[in-house]
Amino acid sequence: MTDQDAGPAILTRGLTRRFGDLVAVDHLDLSVPRGQVYGFLGPNGCGKSTTIRMLCGLLLPSEGDIQVLDLDIPRQAEALKQRIGYMTQSFSLYRDLSVRENLDFVARLFGLSRGRRRERLDQLFHTYRLGTLADQLAGTLSGGQRQRLALAAAVLNDPELLFLDEPTSAVDPQSRRDFWDVLFGLADGGTTLLVSTHYMDEAERCHRLAILQDGALVAEGSPARLKEEMRGVSLLVTTANPRRAQHALDDQEGVRSCAQIGATLRVLVDDEATLATVRQRVRDVDPDATVAVTDVNLEDVFVAATLGRPEHGEARS
Amino acid sequence: MIGFSVHRLWAVVTKELRQLKRDRLTYAMIVGIPIMQLLLFGYAINMDVRHLPAAVVDQAHSSRSRQVIDELHQSRVFDFLYAPATSSGAQTLLRNGDVKVIVVVPADFEHRLTTDQPPLQLIVDGSDQVVQQAARQLSQFPVRAYLRGQSLSPPSSPVAVAAYYNPRRQAPLNTVPGLIGVILTMTMVMFTAIALVREREHGNQEFLITTPLSSAELTLGKVLPFIGIGVIQTSLVLLLGHLIFQVPVRGPLLDLYLAALVFIVASLALGILISTVVRSQFQAMQAAIFTFLPQILLSGFMFPFEGMPRPAQWFAEILPLTHFVRLSRGIMLRGADLTSLWPELLALGVFSAVALGVAILRVNKRLD
Repeated sequence: MTDQDAGPAILTRGLTRRFGDLVAVDHLDLSVPRGQVYGFLGPNGCGKSTTIRMLCGLLLPSEGDIQVLDLDIPRQAEALKQRIGYMTQSFSLYRDLSVRENLDFVARLFGLSRGRRRERLDQLFHTYRLGTLADQLAGTLSGGQRQRLALAAAVLNDPELLFLDEPTSAVDPQSRRDFWDVLFGLADGGTTLLVSTHYMDEAERCHRLAILQDGALVAEGSPARLKEEMRGVSLLVTTANPRRAQHALDDQEGVRSCAQIGATLRVLVDDEATLATVRQRVRDVDPDATVAVTDVNLEDVFVAATLGRPEHGEARS
Repeated sequence: MIGFSVHRLWAVVTKELRQLKRDRLTYAMIVGIPIMQLLLFGYAINMDVRHLPAAVVDQAHSSRSRQVIDELHQSRVFDFLYAPATSSGAQTLLRNGDVKVIVVVPADFEHRLTTDQPPLQLIVDGSDQVVQQAARQLSQFPVRAYLRGQSLSPPSSPVAVAAYYNPRRQAPLNTVPGLIGVILTMTMVMFTAIALVREREHGNQEFLITTPLSSAELTLGKVLPFIGIGVIQTSLVLLLGHLIFQVPVRGPLLDLYLAALVFIVASLALGILISTVVRSQFQAMQAAIFTFLPQILLSGFMFPFEGMPRPAQWFAEILPLTHFVRLSRGIMLRGADLTSLWPELLALGVFSAVALGVAILRVNKRLD
């Protein structure tokens, strides 16, 4: 199989899924390179989970072609199951079984022999710091511990490709950071990871990102490149009254979005030309306000890609 | 990779047993339900009516009327709790539910004895069928003969009834064989449906589906432990029925277990079918009860099968419990064996096949 490693881990062409009248995934073309952490960024209901399910072969696509690890999905979905791991959005192991029993059960499903099971479990206990929790019921674990257990179960079969569907939604910041360290460790070992998230700081860490909206791909690339290529300018407004300033910018031509961050206002505008208008509007409210251009961040990219698509897309360029 | 693996099946079975061991409530119910029901039904279901609360209105006030009332009292069918002066007073008692029966001795009681007019009047609470039946029996009470000084033996009947298999009309004897079926229905259908839905509801299936585990392995693995539980329950009821109520097993014990096993499979099939229709554990429970009621009412367990209207009988033939009640009564009370009862076994087999077939069709559809 090593000679095929040149091809992408995931390749889709025109992938579409409809539920009745609703188009959950709309002609998605994806190419996920191997050995990277690939992020799926998008609001809830944008089709992230549906796409992941189709890629695993859990859900049949309405249209389009899927190739995962050079297998035709869904036709070869059974063969794929041995080679992928899937960490579901909600905890999907058994709360009334202990950590050891849960992992042992999964190991048996993958057909590991008794000796191999013990060996693999010891490894996982070590890597995921579960050793002291081995005989504790999964239902009594904390959010972070439970998540480590879920990840251990998902990687038990040494998958070449790991899907993680919003893995950190119920976890404190420190655990999230630790978790990402583990993910990068897996990527260094050659595993391809596809992570869906709606946290910007997590998206920032990915090698590459796909931003989805309403089931369609609206932006794709590395976080740095996405920021570079974003059309639009980020302004930082410092004012004593950010709320009134925000109100003054409502419906202003050229202003795409406005978000209050503490005592400042972050304003996304079409171009530098809009800066003067914004400054004037804001000073109408607060004469002491300052407006300055600031670095584009990933949130700006996300907002520009998802909000600005209809009016500010190809039609303007 | 594709196909059926005994190892994976066994992994599910042991996991399931482990969970069952930890689920104390279910565990207690599996053992508790049979014991509770056996005691409840064994002692409580008794169609011979005794001690009906009654009122007596004696308008004759003669020595003979008192004699008759006393004799009725002796029969223990009635407990005369009230003796209102007027029949309207008695009717109030009846309406309030204080009494089920009013015995009226009319003022011309002595005169009526010499004519064809009925000497006594019984007013009964017709809203209770059992009371109505008891009153009908009592209308045979030989008042005249008794007062003529004859002995109170029942009037000789033109037809002699000989009750084989249960000559003393002991209720537990009739109840226990069917009760095995009732208990198995309850636990097998409900627990399997719930156990299967739980996996889905808790999101376990979402993960399992990405492992090599097939849905056939999962379903079978989850259901197999229940066969063992069913056999344990059967043994428990048989043992307790024998110890407490002296219920015999006159036919071959092996045949009885075989019949129970086939019935367990039919009930599990029904539980699996339910699990493919419902979405939550709560719905599973409701659906199980929905199938449970007609089984208990129409199977012949509670009411005589022959007394039901034809369409109800046809419908009852679909229900697995109907056939199991016939099997268990046949083997335990009449000493029959499966060679003579094979049509019932066949019916259970057909039911299982159809239920499982529909379930498989539904599962394939859902994976779409």
